[in-house]
Amino acid sequence: MSDLPLIQADRAVPPPAPTTVTGGRGRRLRLLSRTDRVVITLMVLVPLLLVVGLVWLPAAATVLLSGTNWDGIGPLGEIDWVGLKNYDDVVNIYPPFVPAVQHNLLWLAALFVVATPFGMFLAVLLDKELRGSRFYQTALYLPVVLSLALIGFIWQLIYSRDQGLLNALLGANTDWYGDPHVNIWAVLFAAGWRHVGYIMLLYLAGLKGVDPSLREAAAVDGSSETSTFFRVVFPVMRPINIIVLVVTVIESLRAFDLVWVVNKGRNGLELLSALVTQNVVGEASRIGFGSALATIMLVVSLAFITLYLFTVMREDRR
Amino acid sequence: MSRPRSQAEYLARLVPPSVAGLNRRSLLAGAAGAGALLGTGLLAGCGSDSGSGGDAKAVSLGSNQSDPKPKDVIAKVMDGFKTSSGVTVNINTVDHNTFQENINNYLQGKPDDVFTWFAGYRMRFFAAKGLAGDLSDVWGKLSGYSDAFKKASTGDDGKQYFVPASYYPWAVFYRKSVWQQHGYQVPKTLDELNSLGAQMKKDGLTPIAFADKDGWPAMGTFDILNLRINGYQFHVDLMAGKEAWTSDKVKKVFDTWAGLLPIHQPDALGRTWQEAAQSLQQKKSGMYLLGLFVAQQFNNDEQDDLDFFTFPEVDSTIGSKALDAPIDGYMMARKPKSEANAKKLLEYLGSKDAANITVKNDPSTLVANTSADTSGYTALQKKAAELVGSATEIAQFLDRDTRPDFASTVMIPALQQFIKNPKDVSGLLTSIENQKKSIFTS
Repeated sequence: MSDLPLIQADRAVPPPAPTTVTGGRGRRLRLLSRTDRVVITLMVLVPLLLVVGLVWLPAAATVLLSGTNWDGIGPLGEIDWVGLKNYDDVVNIYPPFVPAVQHNLLWLAALFVVATPFGMFLAVLLDKELRGSRFYQTALYLPVVLSLALIGFIWQLIYSRDQGLLNALLGANTDWYGDPHVNIWAVLFAAGWRHVGYIMLLYLAGLKGVDPSLREAAAVDGSSETSTFFRVVFPVMRPINIIVLVVTVIESLRAFDLVWVVNKGRNGLELLSALVTQNVVGEASRIGFGSALATIMLVVSLAFITLYLFTVMREDRR
Repeated sequence: MSRPRSQAEYLARLVPPSVAGLNRRSLLAGAAGAGALLGTGLLAGCGSDSGSGGDAKAVSLGSNQSDPKPKDVIAKVMDGFKTSSGVTVNINTVDHNTFQENINNYLQGKPDDVFTWFAGYRMRFFAAKGLAGDLSDVWGKLSGYSDAFKKASTGDDGKQYFVPASYYPWAVFYRKSVWQQHGYQVPKTLDELNSLGAQMKKDGLTPIAFADKDGWPAMGTFDILNLRINGYQFHVDLMAGKEAWTSDKVKKVFDTWAGLLPIHQPDALGRTWQEAAQSLQQKKSGMYLLGLFVAQQFNNDEQDDLDFFTFPEVDSTIGSKALDAPIDGYMMARKPKSEANAKKLLEYLGSKDAANITVKNDPSTLVANTSADTSGYTALQKKAAELVGSATEIAQFLDRDTRPDFASTVMIPALQQFIKNPKDVSGLLTSIENQKKSIFTS
């Protein structure tokens, strides 16, 4: 009886009368009184209004504005329609666009190929109950607690060409943040440093939930540690794996704060999100042009979201 | 006790007896009511705030002077206005960059009666869009301003929209002690600058400190080279989008710059102007082209060691009399809550009394009003005032002289691209011209 303390504590509550549990069709209809229907309508309407008002309407407005040359000043009636000119400009005469797409893809690849597997690897190691594993957990997770803006500042102290820690230690003159061939890797390292901790914690939580009897059974059957992990533990953790995958994709699509802190997303650190911000926010106010960039980003995100939903729904149907 | 048979039963057991009697619906109704109360409370809070501006004895000022020193000066000037007129000024200080980035929304919303801004294209732009108040009658009462300042305060329609307060020149700064030690002479021509640079390299110095991580400092170098090579009028027309960036004249600017890059500090794109200024302060660099604010990076006892010269002549038919000297000042909102008080404040801000307070309290800027008592200037300030006074033409700065969308989304990446790869100038200029056409025709 010791397995259900929660329920023991509620001994005073009489078990519900069997009639409510076994109520028929008419009973359920009576449950939906007028007040109930109002409450349900409100519960559906309020979130719906919030989603439509805060997500779908702005998204639709962005798509609409991307066909104009609005500069953010004056009434909406004065906006001129320019058709697809903004998209034409983005692709053909806007030099930062192509590097931005490349960098977003590179970001995704680096997190997916290096940072995420490394985070999972660390989680597996920590799951072995090494001595001082709490200390390692804390140390690895600490970067996740810090805001990316703060991380940008910390790495600025390390990467600064003339006054930074790294060049002082190496005695080198590498321009970590200024050289466009180097800075994207420097920033990716900083972003990965944070991402590893995040994935490590997610995965560790998943590993703790794996039934130990599965491992024991595999060990009894003579399976090695490696093949136990890849053939037993990894497949069992499918839900966690999907979450990790989605987190990785989201992190690389919304990558923004770090490059913004470093150099406002210019000179080798172009990212779609930074270009949108440069054009729309601030004095520039190229609302139409920036909206075209934002729409392109929306389409890319939708592709990933569709893929994800498709996989999850197929999963559910099985 | 037995295990619950279903989820519903399990959940039902979780309800403590004290709550079990309470109807679920009344609970929801209560929550909705509380929410409604909270909502109206917030709305009322918003409403009561806006009524306070109608006071006849107050005027509000939106200030971008967020650094401690200039903020203090603004407060002292406003105290001076209060003693002379009896009208209180409510100062709303916003971080400098934030103020600048939000200016569009700020001016279209409920701006303060008077706000800080810069002379140049952006001032004329807001005037033309009807977002700033006409100050022609205030100018009728102002005295002590040169024609150049009046021109810099005038909108496209010939009316004045701006009251200048202070300005600072861009020049080449150096440390006297370093130059005396090595026996350097101020260069008068481009060739002399080049040979001075070569000599400094031999002496183990970085000839010209350089930084462009933030994107704007390199605009100063472009401006001064364009002014020296093509003259003021071409610069203004280029900024206004009237001249082609692909022309040979612009190409010559970049070619000259490429010739000077070897005597500039390398890897400029990873360095902030503060770091470059510190290399000058630490006697690692020989000179630095920057605004007078470079002095902020020097200790108090080093201020006397700081000196400057104007950028040397490149073309003898053009000379070296034009320069960048951005003007800071004040504008009035389109519909101030109290127009009389706002104009009274602007008149005071343009007077020599306000200028005198600034001179006494701020050594890093020059006051625009010539009738002010400038005996309190430091040697550096006096020299800077002379330099600007002798200038034939004064430009504001690239990002103040042209459309902000062009300056920030085209010119910053383009100049950084040039610093990265100075060889492909014609490809770069074609790209700038294409984007310029698209932006200026929209």
